[in-house]
Amino acid sequence: MVVALIKYNAGNVYSVEYALKRLGIEPVITADSEILHKADKVIFPGVGEAKTTMEYLKSLKLDQVIVDLKQPVIGICLGMQLLCRHSEEGDVDCLGIFDAPVLKFQPQKHEDKVPHTGWDTITHLKGDLYKNVPENSFAYYVHSFYVPANDFTIAQTDYIQEFSASIRKDNFYAVQFHPEKSGAVGEQILRNFLNI
Amino acid sequence: MLAKRIIPCLDVKNGTTVKGVHFVDFRDAGDPVELGKQYSLQGADELVYLDITASHEGRKTFLDLVRRVASQLNIPFTVGGGINELHDVEQLLNAGADKVSVNSAAIRDPQLIEEIANHFGSQVCVVAIDAKPEQQSVIAGLTRNPLQEQWICYLNGGRIPTNKNLFDWAKEAENRGAGEILFTSMAHDGVKTGYANEALAVLSGLLSIPVIASGGAGTKEHFKDVFTKGKADAALAASVFHFGEISITELKHYLKKENINIRIDNLN
Repeated sequence: MVVALIKYNAGNVYSVEYALKRLGIEPVITADSEILHKADKVIFPGVGEAKTTMEYLKSLKLDQVIVDLKQPVIGICLGMQLLCRHSEEGDVDCLGIFDAPVLKFQPQKHEDKVPHTGWDTITHLKGDLYKNVPENSFAYYVHSFYVPANDFTIAQTDYIQEFSASIRKDNFYAVQFHPEKSGAVGEQILRNFLNI
Repeated sequence: MLAKRIIPCLDVKNGTTVKGVHFVDFRDAGDPVELGKQYSLQGADELVYLDITASHEGRKTFLDLVRRVASQLNIPFTVGGGINELHDVEQLLNAGADKVSVNSAAIRDPQLIEEIANHFGSQVCVVAIDAKPEQQSVIAGLTRNPLQEQWICYLNGGRIPTNKNLFDWAKEAENRGAGEILFTSMAHDGVKTGYANEALAVLSGLLSIPVIASGGAGTKEHFKDVFTKGKADAALAASVFHFGEISITELKHYLKKENINIRIDNLN
């Protein structure tokens, strides 16, 4: 199985690579459209800022490549946000796979610290990505922007309000948390993705 | 609900984990990567690796160690010690660290916090602060108002006092873009009589970023207190874990029973 990891200026590419290696997968790290199109699975990592990252993806023409992918694709963190319609971070139009906005957390009280940092529970788990993952498992988060719960939501987290921990549309999957840093739970989710 | 975090800290010197009692006297506590893996399996939520000799001997942090940790651990970890400039941060992040912790260098050049936040995001920038009250009576619990004491920040692993006040500096660090504050009470460190809960509660009320408490853990109750009384978001400890005085697994079950929201990984 060829697993391609999209190579761009994302902060967590190597963390995801290490996580895949721990599962016995040697990923191809590439920005080459042909390799990406032929891969069995594509992982779209992401740590960074939405606007500059979108500009960077466009400069490499990766924006077109990503939306045309037909195999299972998973976006992680900023990767998930960039698959949505528009982000408030830098007020930028994103890839639009998911017709959903990316909004900035608005703290309601002092305890609502932003970025949302640490381990939080995932609930309302749906579908193959969450096979053998118990409700209320903990996943590791670091983010200041979120996708509201919507028709695509396949997992939720409640922080400040209910938001999409994970979304899915056709072959596109996405997680707001970091499965590569989420212990045994994260490994199970990555394994589930590889088995789709 | 967002869990309170338990963070073992591994002080590393010459590739070996050590823990200082009052920052000076060291005992051996094993291989940093193996120890980290064990902690991860026991349920540690994050790890901190500090190159403790770095800041005063000018040593760069252990990139090889960071790579090994990144390749073997499936939880986040922070690296600190000897970070003086943006290039050091870049090397550590490229080696696989999730966050970096800056201490003396940030006090000497506060601009470094902005540089890290702007280049890599606030989430990677932990500002570590070593501080101590001028009156030592805080340990005996005689002082009721921690703000009436002058909590002074120290440089170079607690060797050099500065003119910076803990609370002012922590707020400034937040304003400059720090993602978290790691506050070590030097007066409590290694003494095992509990964390500096009064100062921590003030700090937590003052800041809108997470506060990691460090220094003073001796019993499971101390962890409960640092979350309830100290209002900390995370509790860091070293020797109680290294020498097996407290098992992380047992600690987390205890805290859960005490109604602290804590992560139990039910797949591990």
